Amino acid sequence: MLQALADGLLTGAIYALGAIGLTLTMGILRFANFAHAEMMTWGAYMALGVLTVFGLPTAPLGPLTFGWPLLLATVVACALTVALALLIDWLVFRRMRDRVGHLTLVFASFGIALLIRNVVHLIFGGRATYYTTELQIAVRVLPDLRIMPDQVFTLSLAVVLVIAVHQFLQRTPLGLSMRAVSENPSLAVINGVSLARVVRWTWIVGGALAAVAGVLYGVTVQLRPELGFHLLLPLFAAVILGGVGNVVGAVVGGVLIGLIESFSVLVIPPGYKLAIPFLVLLVVLYLKPTGLFGGTSGGR
Amino acid sequence: MLGLAVYLVFFLIVVTIYAIMVMGLNLQWGFTGLFNAGVVGFYAIGAYGTAILIGPDRAALIGGFEMPFVVGLLGGAIAAGAAGLVVGLATLRLREEYLAIATFGIGITIQLVALNFDALTGGANGLIGLPRPYFDRFAVSNAYNLAYLVGVILIAGVIYFALERAVQSPWGRILRAIREDVTAARSLGKNPTLIRLQAFVLGSAIMGLAGGLYVGFIGFVSPIDFLPILTFQIWAMLIVGGSGNNRGAILGVLVVWGIWTASGYFIGQIVPPGYQSQAGSIQAILIGLVIVMTLLLRPRGLIGEEESVSSHARKQAQQAYKKKPAP
Repeated sequence: MLQALADGLLTGAIYALGAIGLTLTMGILRFANFAHAEMMTWGAYMALGVLTVFGLPTAPLGPLTFGWPLLLATVVACALTVALALLIDWLVFRRMRDRVGHLTLVFASFGIALLIRNVVHLIFGGRATYYTTELQIAVRVLPDLRIMPDQVFTLSLAVVLVIAVHQFLQRTPLGLSMRAVSENPSLAVINGVSLARVVRWTWIVGGALAAVAGVLYGVTVQLRPELGFHLLLPLFAAVILGGVGNVVGAVVGGVLIGLIESFSVLVIPPGYKLAIPFLVLLVVLYLKPTGLFGGTSGGR
Repeated sequence: MLGLAVYLVFFLIVVTIYAIMVMGLNLQWGFTGLFNAGVVGFYAIGAYGTAILIGPDRAALIGGFEMPFVVGLLGGAIAAGAAGLVVGLATLRLREEYLAIATFGIGITIQLVALNFDALTGGANGLIGLPRPYFDRFAVSNAYNLAYLVGVILIAGVIYFALERAVQSPWGRILRAIREDVTAARSLGKNPTLIRLQAFVLGSAIMGLAGGLYVGFIGFVSPIDFLPILTFQIWAMLIVGGSGNNRGAILGVLVVWGIWTASGYFIGQIVPPGYQSQAGSIQAILIGLVIVMTLLLRPRGLIGEEESVSSHARKQAQQAYKKKPAP
C-alpha cells in the first residue's frame, strides 16, 4: 500500500508538470493541444542528444544515477523545446488562430504530434534507452517501502517547479495577464494585455515544463519515442479532472491520476493500467465535466 | 503479370475497406464537424466483434460462436456503434474537443484490451483460422480475392449512395446546419446533441463494418493490424480528398494509400535492413506533413465540399441562366 502511494506520487508529479502546460494551452490558447505530450518526448530526447553530442561524462552526483551534465542538458533541452513550441506556433497555429474553427487547431496539433514523434523516432531509433547505465539500489525507508534517490530528486524538483509556476502566475504582472486572458480574452485585450505576448509566454512556460517532465520521466522510467503518446491520455485526464485552465487543478489532477493508476494495479492486471486515465476521464465527463475545481474556460 | 494483378486486387480490397472507413469519418467530421481521434479503435471493435462472432469454437476462448459472416459483420458494426454511443453520451453535450479526447482514449483502451484480454481476443497472437465467407465455393484463392473485391466494392457502393441520400435529406441539412452554427440550429428547434449523437454512432458503426470486412478478407485478427498510425492515415485520406464530399474522400484514399505504399516500397529498397524500422517513420512523417500542409494550404482538399444551395434557388438560377440571350 505504502509502495503504491509512493509510486503514485512520483508518477503523479510528472503528470502534474505536463498537465500544467496543457491546461495553460487549453485555457489561454483555447484548444486541446494533442502535441503537448510530444513536447515531453522532444525535451527528453533533446537532453539525451546533448549528452551524446557533447560526450558529457555521466559521473553520478551523490546517490543519484546522473550528474550535473544531465542538469545542464535539461536546461538546453528546455530551450530547444520552447524553440520547437514557438516554431510550431509561428508556422502553423498562428496562421489558423481566429481564422478557422478551433477544432481545426486541434486537428493540426494531432498531425503535429505524429510529426514530432516520428522525427524523434527517425533520429534516435525506436529502442528504449536510458540517460545512464548506472544501476541504482532502492533504499528501504520503511519495512514495506523502497525508494530510489532519483525518485526523491524527481519529486522534490516537481514540487519546487509547481510552487514557482504558481507564484509566477499569482505574483507577476505577466502571470496576471495570462490568467486574465484565460478568464476572458476580449476583456483582457481591452485592458491593454498584449495577446501575442501572452501566447508566447504560454508556449515558453508550457514547453519548458514539458521538457523537464520528459527528462524526469526518462530518469525514473525510460526513454522511448512513444513516451509522449502514452502520457497524453493521463495528461488530458488530469487537466479535465482539475478543471480546464486551472493550474492548481491540473497539479491535483495529475497527482490524483498518478495515485489512481498506481493503486489500480492492486486490483486489476497491470496491462490495463494505461486505460485507467480513460475511465477516470469518462466518469468525470459524465458526472462533473467542469472538473473538481472548476475551470476558467473549459467545461461549457 | 499475374503477380501484379494479384497485388492490384489486394491493394484495391484494402483501399475499398479504407474508403468505407473514410466515409464513416466523413459523416462525423465532414458533415457534422465531430473530431474522432480514435478511428482505429472503432475499426478494431468491428474487427474483433466480427471475429468473435464468426470464429470457430475453442476451449480456451470465450468467443467462437460460429455465426454466419453477415451476422458477424452486423454484430461488429453494432459493437462499434455502441462504443460510439458511450463516448458520445459522455462528451457531445460538452465542448467539441472533449469528444476528440475521449475518442483518443477509446483508441488506446481498445488496443490494451486487444493485447491483454487473452480469453476474448487471443492477446498478442490474435485470433487465427477465422472462416472466410464462401471460401469453399472457389477453387482458386485468386478468384476468391477477386470476388471478395467485387463484394466489398458493392458494399462500399451501397454505403456511398445511402450516405449521399442521407446527407441530402432534411436530416443531412440539419447536420451541416449544426456544423456551421449550433446556436442557430438550436434556435430553430433542432436538438444538436441528439443529431450529433446519431451521426457519430452511425459513423462509428460504418468504421466497425469496415473492420469486419477486413477480418473476412484476411481470415485472422491481431493487435498489429490496429496501430495508432491508421487513425492518422484515415484522417489524411479524408482531408486530402476534401471533407464533406464522399467522392473526394474516396479519391483521398487512393492518393494517400498510394503515397504510403510507394514510400514504403522505396524505403524497403534503399534502406539497409537494420534501419528499416527507423526509416519507416519517414512514412508516418509524410502522413503528418500531408495533414498539416493540407490544413494550412488547401483546407478544402482536392475536391472539397460542393457549394450547397437550396434546390429552389438552384432551379431559379438555372432558369435565369437559360433565359439569358446568347452573346
